[in-house]
Amino acid sequence: MDIVYTIWLRNVKRYLRSKSRIVGSLGMPLFFMLVLGFGLNSVVRIPGMEDGYMNFIIPGIVAMSVLFTSVFSGIQIIWDKQFGFLKETLVAPVSRLEIMIGQTLGGATTAVIQGLILMVFALFIGLEPAGIAGFLIAVGFMALIGVTFTAFGIAIASRMEDMHGFQLIMNFVIFPIFGLSGALFPIDSLPAWLRPLTLADPLTYGVEGIRYGLSGTAQIHPLVSLAVMAGCAVLMTVVGAYLFRKISI
Amino acid sequence: MPAIHANNLTKSFDGFVAVDGISFTIESGEIFGLLGPNGAGKTTTISMLSTMLKPTSGTATVNGHDIVTKEDDVRKSIGIVFQDQSLDEELTAYENMDFHGRLYRIAGEVRRQRISELLTLVGLDDRKDDLVKTYSGGMRRRLEIARGLLHEPKVLFLDEPTLGLDPQTRNHLWDYIARLNDEKGITIILTTHYMEEADRLCDRVAIIDRGTIIALGTTENLKASIGGDVVTIASPDPGAIAGLLTAPWVSGIERHDGSVTIRMQDADRHIPGIVTDLHRSGIGITSLSVRKPTLEDVFLHYTGRTIRDEEASGKEAMRMFHRAGRR
Repeated sequence: MDIVYTIWLRNVKRYLRSKSRIVGSLGMPLFFMLVLGFGLNSVVRIPGMEDGYMNFIIPGIVAMSVLFTSVFSGIQIIWDKQFGFLKETLVAPVSRLEIMIGQTLGGATTAVIQGLILMVFALFIGLEPAGIAGFLIAVGFMALIGVTFTAFGIAIASRMEDMHGFQLIMNFVIFPIFGLSGALFPIDSLPAWLRPLTLADPLTYGVEGIRYGLSGTAQIHPLVSLAVMAGCAVLMTVVGAYLFRKISI
Repeated sequence: MPAIHANNLTKSFDGFVAVDGISFTIESGEIFGLLGPNGAGKTTTISMLSTMLKPTSGTATVNGHDIVTKEDDVRKSIGIVFQDQSLDEELTAYENMDFHGRLYRIAGEVRRQRISELLTLVGLDDRKDDLVKTYSGGMRRRLEIARGLLHEPKVLFLDEPTLGLDPQTRNHLWDYIARLNDEKGITIILTTHYMEEADRLCDRVAIIDRGTIIALGTTENLKASIGGDVVTIASPDPGAIAGLLTAPWVSGIERHDGSVTIRMQDADRHIPGIVTDLHRSGIGITSLSVRKPTLEDVFLHYTGRTIRDEEASGKEAMRMFHRAGRR
């Protein structure tokens, strides 16, 4: 456990120290929230949601921020590989599983912090907290998204030689995961051919979970969301750990 | 018990044999050098001994533990300074040390105490809270060595410890490494392609070329094995000199344009006699030099090439390739 803590500590320290990264990765989600929120608030009416579009997308944008931060945290292993630091970790008498889990929890923690910062901003533009229990539910789902996608990033990084492929992953994997999730639109109003794709996207359940926590309403039952997200987190951690075990430097 | 024992250790990558059946034994407390040009297989050997690479065939033990079946025991016994930097530049020197100490499960109080001792030892104590990215190359190297010692390893691997450092820093590091070995009795195995580094530091040297060990022994013995000192006499009539020197202690004569190179044991004692003889026979001497053989001469003797030839052809290409591969 102390090894996991050691790796976790390094990740969190590095994150808290890189102010430019914290500010930088707030940019896009804030932009989405402001432009889409204010731009569409008066024209979009979502059935069953009285609070308006702004309150509908805030959970989606929080999920997006957690998604991007965690994938990036996972993929950062490539930097460690290139700057040599990974060797220092791998030559120590510790198991790779411990390293991988520490890395995953570290990435998930930074992603949750990033999401929380965004929530604070959201308070100023209309987010009305639905109580402490709801807040904790939202944080729980953020953590599950964080674990799932940090592990995903580690899995990718274990197979990638350098950052060249990063753009490819962002454009063809991460953006579709975000776009297809119910972050920006309600699932019920989707055309029949698109619905299965959205329901196959793990992030959909994360978004719905956060939405349930923050606004009290969701289109997918929160327990279903919880089961799917928890399952994905476990599965991705197993896949990530397997691929990380075979990493070569 | 020897510190390291390698038996027929081999590593091949997709048909290319990087290390080809090398065997050697390093005694506890030795400074042992693996000397050879870039691409000779030094780093691959180190990687196998430090459990970073699995050998294709052959066996080895480090501190009595088998490198394949007792990976964790080997890892606990060794400290390693890699050829390429392996510090986290976004952390401070202290944090890098602390991270390492925690990875090796050193208890809090002991850890703090050792870190401050070691940082003082390498002269970085006053900068311990600065981020590593503000450090110079020499400071980073010292920090890596300090880190490698934190868990008190029995064997310390140094892969090209002074590569890319200025001569002054290099000298400091050499003194430092020698002192470590002396005071703490740590067995040190280092790779280098600097002849003088091997010469100055190592008790014994294995010269490695194209994956095989071509010579192994103390530096004195290696140098003696190739026929003693090198005497070069420049003269208008080099042929006559070659004809005159027939004494049994002359182990070899090479004639060049306008000079002869003679190999002999104990040149210092024979020179006066040679000069007198040449003078008596009326052969002029333009200049005369006596040189102790270097490991460079040893390398030349066993491979027919100088290590610099190897470097010139291979080094730049290797570097470029290496850099490109890391970007």
